[in-house]
Amino acid sequence: MDMKVAKKKLGLKEKYRTMTRDLGWEPSYHSKEALFPYVGYEGIKIHDWDKWEDPFRLTMDAYWKYQAEKERKFYAIIDAHAQNNGHLNLTDARYLSALKIFLQAISPAEYAAHRGFARVGREFPGVGPQVACQMQAIDEIRHAQTQIHAMSNYNRYYNGFHAFADQRDRIWYTSVARSFFDDSMSAGPFEFMIAIGFSFEYVLTNLLFVPFMSGAAYNGDMATVTFGFSAQSDEARHMTLGLEVIKFILEQDPDNLPIVQAWIDKWFWRGFRVLGLVSTMMDYMLPKRVMSWREAWEIYGVENGGALFKDLARYGIKPPKDWDAAAKSIDHMSHQFMLGLYQWSFGTAFHAWIPSDDDMRWLSAKYPDSFDTYYRPRWEHIKKMAAAGTPFKNYGLAKLCQTCQLPCVFTEPDDPTLTCHRETVYKEHKYHFCSDGCQHVFENEPEKYIQAWLPMPQLFQDPVNGDLGEWMKWVSLLDGKDNGDYASSEDKQNFEAWRGLATTNQ
Amino acid sequence: MPVVAIKEYTATPRDRVENFNGKQIVYASWDRHLLFAAPFLLCLPPETPFGELVKGPLSMLVQPDPDAAAIDWTAVEWLKSNQPWTPDFNASLAANGIGHKDQLRFRTPGLNSLAPAA
Repeated sequence: MDMKVAKKKLGLKEKYRTMTRDLGWEPSYHSKEALFPYVGYEGIKIHDWDKWEDPFRLTMDAYWKYQAEKERKFYAIIDAHAQNNGHLNLTDARYLSALKIFLQAISPAEYAAHRGFARVGREFPGVGPQVACQMQAIDEIRHAQTQIHAMSNYNRYYNGFHAFADQRDRIWYTSVARSFFDDSMSAGPFEFMIAIGFSFEYVLTNLLFVPFMSGAAYNGDMATVTFGFSAQSDEARHMTLGLEVIKFILEQDPDNLPIVQAWIDKWFWRGFRVLGLVSTMMDYMLPKRVMSWREAWEIYGVENGGALFKDLARYGIKPPKDWDAAAKSIDHMSHQFMLGLYQWSFGTAFHAWIPSDDDMRWLSAKYPDSFDTYYRPRWEHIKKMAAAGTPFKNYGLAKLCQTCQLPCVFTEPDDPTLTCHRETVYKEHKYHFCSDGCQHVFENEPEKYIQAWLPMPQLFQDPVNGDLGEWMKWVSLLDGKDNGDYASSEDKQNFEAWRGLATTNQ
Repeated sequence: MPVVAIKEYTATPRDRVENFNGKQIVYASWDRHLLFAAPFLLCLPPETPFGELVKGPLSMLVQPDPDAAAIDWTAVEWLKSNQPWTPDFNASLAANGIGHKDQLRFRTPGLNSLAPAA
């Protein structure tokens, strides 16, 4: 008689094999090509999917356990924040402009990343990357949700948070992040991985999340800091996945190198443009600043990025083509953006403002080669206009770049006094760009970018047809509440009154 | 180079002139006057006389610059699609060859109140 032996618990290695690699199978009544139809057309050659190394060896059961634990902690702190009027601990309500931009543009991007990773998790034939992509897909939707929940507390008290979903679809500045993700999601699975997994999550993410989360901590925003902690271990996993992807592709076949290099060139520049808004947040929007955009670039761009590309040189990878153009713009971009955001603030669902004398002193110290020479004279003039009772508003709307969809605020790489004008004609139609980098991206795939939904020209088409009031309704922007100068905003008035109630006897 | 795709890939531009209800887009900018963060986007009928574009929307939009009052429009240097160009102020945009989404630039040497000292 056979004795029934109690089954031993699976060892880590065995468990990993059983719960990842063992989940795959060889198809018998469909061809592999029919099951995975999108894996070949980009020209990337993979000979052995089993060579995929999963650096985390994380299995689904452990994944659920960790994530559930983090969710419990996260929501406990969010509840405490809400019950204790955590919003009154902010340094200043100006800080909320950075949060509003984040909620309108970046949280929806997390959701877009969820969709993208869910898709490529299905499209890759290898079990290793399938599991890793599916976990990242779940991470990303969790990030979108927890960010929205963390910021929903502010929506009870402040303007500009109430219609982020409409604004994600319709307002002008959000189309920058949206088109970036649409571009990656409409590419093949390998390009998506290089675009989001490697270029965005690995090369550039530190320039977005580190300043953002430290900015939240410096400015008393416990809700966002809590989100940051909850996402941190996921981000580490995403970065490792991004790096593993690029090494895996390059080790599989030498023919993959030129394709990957072209994607790195493209997505570095696309990502750098999207992150431009972060530069403005760091230099202008945080009442208590963490470091300047230039300092962040020195650490996360020059040092970390430099080390990364040195490491990848053994595969033949070179630094992104437009790296030098990016470096030349570092002293200028945050100032160029903020000038734009201020003069177009009638059309933004967040507030902008004229930097104070203190702010300007800080800016000239951090940007000794550019602020006093180029940007201070413009702010001083704008300040005079405001003091005279005729605040500067630019109703001219703006020429947008066909590729990155940002207003063409950038100057020539070697002449900060002259706007960079670039244009091309494709099939008898004219297209404009903010930079050589964006023009190159367009010219590599013009048929893709001629479809761009550019919010400024769209304003003069159906259904708005040039009526600014109609446009505000269409984008769910409450005129006089969500938009305009912070100095005269309801947010400022309320924050100061409530904080006064909390901290004085008046 | 075409789009890398699984089958033939063609698309329609979103900003075709017929979408603008009889009007067209014209971009205009004042070189080295960067108080204005980006080139202006104007939407006008092609029959608009060029002089009206200048006297109307363009003059109004550049008002906030301290050099605006000193512009001598008869002495301004123009560029169209980044090439030197001379407009006829009495002729329409169409007769001046200003197509949909063309970029006009103008220069006013000597006027540089907000520019850095050389």
